[in-house]
Amino acid sequence: MNTDQKNSYTEPPLIPKRTRMQEFKRLLAQNRLAISGLLIFIIFFCCAVTGLFLTSGSRPVLDPAMVRLQEKLRPPLAKPNLESLHPQEIPVFGVYLMGTDDLGRDVFARMLQGAWVSLTVGFVAVGISVIIGIFMGGIAGYFGQQHIKIGHILFMSCLFLGLGLVLFKSYFTGTVLLSIGLTYIFYLLSVRNRSKENGLPILKAILRKNAITVDTLIMRIVDIMLCFPSFFLILTVVALLPASIYNIMIVIGLTSWMGTTRFVRAEFLSLREQDFVAAAKALGIGNFRIIFRHIMPNAVAPVLVSATIGIASAILTEAGLSFLGFGVPPPHATWGNILSNGKNFIFDAPWLTFIPGIAILIVVLSFNLFGEGLRDVLNPKLRERH
Amino acid sequence: MLSFIGRSAVQKIVTLFFVSIVSFLIIHLAPGKPSQIDPLNPKFTPEVVERFRKEFHLDKPLYVQYAYFYRDLFTGKTISWKDNQSVLQKIWERFLNSLPLFVVGTLITWTLSFPVGIRSAIFRGGIYDRSATFLSYLLISIPGFFFAYVLIIFVVTHFHVPVIGMETFGIGDASAVYLFMDRIWHLLLPSVLGATGGIAVLSRYVRSQMLEVEGQDYIRTARAKGLPEEQVHYKHALRNALLPFVTMFGLILPGLIGGSVIIESIFSWPGMGRMAYEAILARDYPVILTVNFVSAVLVLAGTFISDLLYLVVDPRIRL
Repeated sequence: MNTDQKNSYTEPPLIPKRTRMQEFKRLLAQNRLAISGLLIFIIFFCCAVTGLFLTSGSRPVLDPAMVRLQEKLRPPLAKPNLESLHPQEIPVFGVYLMGTDDLGRDVFARMLQGAWVSLTVGFVAVGISVIIGIFMGGIAGYFGQQHIKIGHILFMSCLFLGLGLVLFKSYFTGTVLLSIGLTYIFYLLSVRNRSKENGLPILKAILRKNAITVDTLIMRIVDIMLCFPSFFLILTVVALLPASIYNIMIVIGLTSWMGTTRFVRAEFLSLREQDFVAAAKALGIGNFRIIFRHIMPNAVAPVLVSATIGIASAILTEAGLSFLGFGVPPPHATWGNILSNGKNFIFDAPWLTFIPGIAILIVVLSFNLFGEGLRDVLNPKLRERH
Repeated sequence: MLSFIGRSAVQKIVTLFFVSIVSFLIIHLAPGKPSQIDPLNPKFTPEVVERFRKEFHLDKPLYVQYAYFYRDLFTGKTISWKDNQSVLQKIWERFLNSLPLFVVGTLITWTLSFPVGIRSAIFRGGIYDRSATFLSYLLISIPGFFFAYVLIIFVVTHFHVPVIGMETFGIGDASAVYLFMDRIWHLLLPSVLGATGGIAVLSRYVRSQMLEVEGQDYIRTARAKGLPEEQVHYKHALRNALLPFVTMFGLILPGLIGGSVIIESIFSWPGMGRMAYEAILARDYPVILTVNFVSAVLVLAGTFISDLLYLVVDPRIRL
C-alpha cells in the first residue's frame, strides 16, 4: 500500500496505474474467502459437466438408475460382492465410493447426476430472474417519468381479458374484447404516422389523460409480487403444474426478480442524469442502445452480486422442493431427493443424509462467499472500511 | 402524518386487491381441477363430481367464483373443500400451534444476534469477527432439512429424547413437570432451526449497522472527550445503530403465518406451514387462497407498521 502511494506521487496523477480489471483481480485475490468460493464453484462446475457425460446416454459409464437389490445400503468405500453381481453391474472403480442407497443404486453416480440438476436450476432460474429484473428495472429507471395514458390501460386490459376469456372457452365476449384491443393498437400505430391534432372529442381527451407513470406501475407490480410468501407460492405453482425440472426453473425465476428490479432501477435513476448519457443522447443514439450499451455496464455490479447470491438460494429452494417430493420426477436423481429418500434410514445409513446434505451446503456456501466477496470488491465504500 | 397514513392505507388496499386477483388466477388457471384429484376413487362418480362442482360454484365463470370466494372470506363463511370445516377456524387452530414456534424462534434470533453482531463490530477484523462471519455464512447456506436431521441424530443419540411431534405419543397422565419438560424438548429443535437463518442474517446486519455508526463523527467526539470505551460503544454507538431494528418489528409480522413448510413437516408439527402444504396436496383451494390472502395482509400491515415506527422513532424523517 505504502509503495503504491509513493509511486502515484512521482507519476502523473491523471493516468490510473492499473486498469479496472487489474484492480478488480488484485482486490479479489486479497479476499481469501471469495477466492475459495470461486475455486469450489469451478470444481463443482467441472464435476457437474463430467457427471452429465458420465451418467447420461443409453449405456452410461456410471449408471445412476441401476438397481442392485442384493447390494442395498452398503456404506461408502464398501467393496461390491462380486459373486452376486452381473459383470455389467459392478461399479466402475471396483468400490462404491459413496455407498449405495436402499435400492442398491450407486450414490456416487446419483450425486453426479444431481450436480447437473443443481447447477442448471441455479443458473437458469437466476438467468430468468436477472433478465426480467434488468428489463423491468431498466424501463422503470430510464422511462420512469413517462406517463401511461388511461386509454392504454383500458385497452390493454381489454386485450388481456379477451385473451383470458378465449382461453377459457367463452369465445364470443373474448373475441369482441380482443378485437377492441387490437383495433385500438392499430389505431394508435396509424395515428402516430399522421398528424395528431384533428379536433379532439371528449372521449379522446379522457383516453389521453395521464394515469400513472411507468415507474409507479412497475414498482407497484414489484410490491404485489413481494406480498406473496415466496416458498409457499413456488410450492403451490410447482404442485399444480406437471412435474418437470423446467417448470421449477421457470417458477423460481419468475418469483425472484423483484430484488434485481429494485437495484437496477436505483442505479438507472442516478446514472440517467450523468453527463455521458446526455452526451450519448446528444449524439442521437437510440434509447435502447443507450440503455444496454452505455448505462447497463455501469449498473451491472449490484446485479452480479445479487445474481451470485440468488444462485445459492435457487439451489437451496430446488433442494427443498425435491425434498418435499416435488419437481424432478423420481428415477432422475437430485441432491434433494437423494436426501429425502435417505431420511428413512438416518440411523442405519447416515451417509445417505450426510453426503447430499454436505454437498448442498458446500456449493451454496461457495456461491454465498463468492457473492459477498464480489460485493466487497466492487463496492468502493466498503473497500476502505474493511 | 395523517395524509401519509391515509395515502399508504389506500395504496395498500389497492395492492391487496391486485394480490387477491393474481393469487386467484394463479390457482385457477393452473392445469388440474380439484374435482379430478382422485380419479381412481370409486366414490367419485361423474354425478358426485357434478354435485361437487355445483356445490362449490366451480361451474360458474371465473369472475363469479372470485366474487363468491371473497364474499365468503369476508363474511367468515369460507369452508374447506376437503372436510367442510370453516377455513378461518382451521387456520386459527393451526396458528395457535405455530405461535409457540414463532415466539421462541424470534426470541432466540433477537437475543443471540445482537450480542454476536455487536461484538464482531467492536473487534472488527479479529479472530472472533472472522469466525462469526464464516459461521453466519455457514448458517445461511445450510439447507434447513439437512440441518434438521443432523440435529435430530445428535439429540436422539446423545440425550435419548424423542423430538418428533408436539408431545411424546401416549404421554397422557404424566406429572405436570414432566409434561412441561416434554413440551420444551419438542419445541426446542424446530424453533432453533427456524431461528438459524434469522440469527445469521440479523447478526450480519447488526454488525454492519454498528460499523456504520462507529465511523461517524460523533463517536470520534465521544472518544475525544475521554469517555470510557464501554460508554462510547453501548451508549453513543449502539443507540443510534438500533434505529433500523425498531422498524424490523414490523417486518417479522409476516413470519407469524408463514411458518416453515419443511421444518414443520419434518417434525410433524401441526402448524400453519404444514396445513398449507397439505392443502396444496389436496388442491384445497379455499385454504390455499385464504392463507395467501392473510399472509399478504400481514406483509402489508408489517411494512405499514415499520414505516410508522420509523416516523415515531427517528425525528429526522419528515414526510
